[in-house]
Amino acid sequence: MNQPIGTVLLELDPVPHAGAANGAALREPAPPAIEVEELTVHYGAQPAVREVSLQIPARQVTAFIGPSGCGKTTLLRCFNRMNDLVAGARVQGTIRIEGHDIYAPDVDVTALRRRVGMVFQRSNPFPMSIFDNVAYGPRLVGERDRRRLADIVETSLRAAALWDEVKDRLRDNALRLSGGQQQRLCIARALAVEPSILLMDEPCSALDPISTARIEELILQLKERYTVVIVTHNMQQAARIADNTAFLLSGRLVEFDRTSIIFEHPRHPETRDYITGRFG
Amino acid sequence: MNGAATETTRGPGPQAVLPQHGAQELGFPLPVTSASRAAVARRRREGALQVWMTATAVAASLLMVAGLLLLVLVNGLGYFWPRDVARLELVDGQVIIGEIVGREPIPDMGATLTGATASASGPRYRIQLKTGNRDVYGLDYRWVDEDAIAALGYPEDITVFERRAWGNLYGVVLEENADGYEVQLADGRTRWLRAQDVVDSWRPNAMTTGQKLVAYAVNVWEFLTGEPRESNTEGGIFPALFGTVLMVFLMTLAAVPLGVLAALYLREYAGQGPLVSLVRVAVNNLAGVPSIVYGVFGLGFFVYGVGGTLDRLLFSDQLPTPTFGTGGILWASLTMALLTVPVVIVATEEGLAAVPGSLREASLALGATRWETVRHVILPRVLPAVITGAILAIARAAGEVAPLMLTGVVKVAPALAIDGTAPFVHLYRKFMHLGFHIYDAGFQSPNVEAARPMVFATTLVLLALITGLNLVAVVLRHRLRERYQSPSV
Repeated sequence: MNQPIGTVLLELDPVPHAGAANGAALREPAPPAIEVEELTVHYGAQPAVREVSLQIPARQVTAFIGPSGCGKTTLLRCFNRMNDLVAGARVQGTIRIEGHDIYAPDVDVTALRRRVGMVFQRSNPFPMSIFDNVAYGPRLVGERDRRRLADIVETSLRAAALWDEVKDRLRDNALRLSGGQQQRLCIARALAVEPSILLMDEPCSALDPISTARIEELILQLKERYTVVIVTHNMQQAARIADNTAFLLSGRLVEFDRTSIIFEHPRHPETRDYITGRFG
Repeated sequence: MNGAATETTRGPGPQAVLPQHGAQELGFPLPVTSASRAAVARRRREGALQVWMTATAVAASLLMVAGLLLLVLVNGLGYFWPRDVARLELVDGQVIIGEIVGREPIPDMGATLTGATASASGPRYRIQLKTGNRDVYGLDYRWVDEDAIAALGYPEDITVFERRAWGNLYGVVLEENADGYEVQLADGRTRWLRAQDVVDSWRPNAMTTGQKLVAYAVNVWEFLTGEPRESNTEGGIFPALFGTVLMVFLMTLAAVPLGVLAALYLREYAGQGPLVSLVRVAVNNLAGVPSIVYGVFGLGFFVYGVGGTLDRLLFSDQLPTPTFGTGGILWASLTMALLTVPVVIVATEEGLAAVPGSLREASLALGATRWETVRHVILPRVLPAVITGAILAIARAAGEVAPLMLTGVVKVAPALAIDGTAPFVHLYRKFMHLGFHIYDAGFQSPNVEAARPMVFATTLVLLALITGLNLVAVVLRHRLRERYQSPSV
């Protein structure tokens, strides 16, 4: 309780949580994908994130949990600078992604956002065909070749486990897909620009259990190639898919550790209270 | 007390005539629980008066619009019908030939003056005849009391001549050759009519309905494609129709891109602060500035300012005769664009506000710049709203007259703004406009009575034109909506 919270730097085990993955592939300690130092975010006068420091390991699934308004989404949206769009948002501290300070003045934000993809809480496909949705990102960087675009679309849809369901109707309007399919399409769309990090902001909160299960399965596949950071209000979901879990409360990082430790032996009483459902 | 009274009387009261709660919904024969009875009572208290009030307002508006349309339709469409020509013999032996165009009761001046009651036979009527022959009688129309008519017939040999000058001539052809016609008028006098003075002639009383329909179609066609004659009271309206369409087209070309860009800046780029709100309020209020003010501004800025400068720089050899430094279709269109651009901005802004923020985020998160997001995601979504703005702008611009009178509209334009002589488009030229044509023919011509059918017909064309333009835009908007908006969400 009297430990300084918010500056929890954990001694991360490079081996992913055994229960969550076949993580034998990663034996070497990889450099962290995202390093956060003393990050504070204000919306107007109100701080939404306070002095958070953490290191997110590459090619693992990291979950942010916490009650509503605890700052987990704000923290996530700092990683691709989506907070820039919010009027009155002010970011202090440092975030390094693959070693680069992303808030440095010379950073190309569009290039950053291509490295760090994002999937939103509500699926938001563009009102165009399935193909055009996935091809949107590649076209932005000037890809015009039809065959290569078709390759990218197929690869991305396969990676998002949607190809088999839509391969015969790529020209259909994406809005005709079901909610779960739309969300997987959004994942495919994010993958099409070949990011290394995928941010997911409660990607399953608007979905039914079956669609949720499919997305969770997909996330477990994705971590073989991507660093996944997921915000979730569903603790079971974090327990099922995350290698590491961060618990935030009132903008502060309370505890960050391997998921098994957070859920089985939390060090902080607040974490324990939240996990066991005593508040939140 | 009122509520209690309505609660106990559950008969088919005022509700029975209200569409939204019919008698069966009240469950008249069914047992009514106290809760539902209270609900019914509440609905009665809240419903009846308000529904009547609102429905009456709708009915009144519909009635007014329908009345206006009916008036314009009947009078405008009737103008082209080859009406039968009557031959009247009056009690005093006078003979009159003409089309019967109206009938009204004679105001009983004596009764109102002396206080005597109206005669038992009821009001007396008089009829209005279009007798034509303005060169002979001085007037086109005359009134005849029905009491004074001894005999009325429709002889088949009466011919109507549409002439290049002096309006129609009615009479019986005595002799006809290549040079012209020997015509006997109603009063027995004969006149020689040269063939080159005659536009058209027909014998309505001898025509079958089918022939009349053909003549009707021909008349409509000639009206739409012909040149005006006799200071706009006769002939066609093609130059005015052309001028209106071209002016609206140029206006749209100028107003829509400008309005869309301005709205994009206000919604997508500018930080939402007090300054932007102020600009927005100012733009909204610009739409309410009286149009004559725009006319004055257009005259000062476009005609004298921009046009005068252009003349000094490019056409100095023709000075002092102005080329661009005088009213013309370009300046009129730009003035009109200025007048309608707030409408486009407001409509586009509303459309932009309706585009979900999640779409913007999705695009930006994929590494798109703001402009790429606008270009690929937002503009397609907002296009229906832009077209709505364009519809409103077009409807306003096509009907507005006051600013045009200062910036380039004329009674008779010697040449169209687009023609066969190089460089084919002459935007500095003055032009004719349907709205101004109505004003001019109806209220500025020397023969207002004769021009009245012309006014109605022109009004009808103007309304049809605006409706047609709107219809095109509505269809376009519908198509776009279907394409870009969610079939299921």
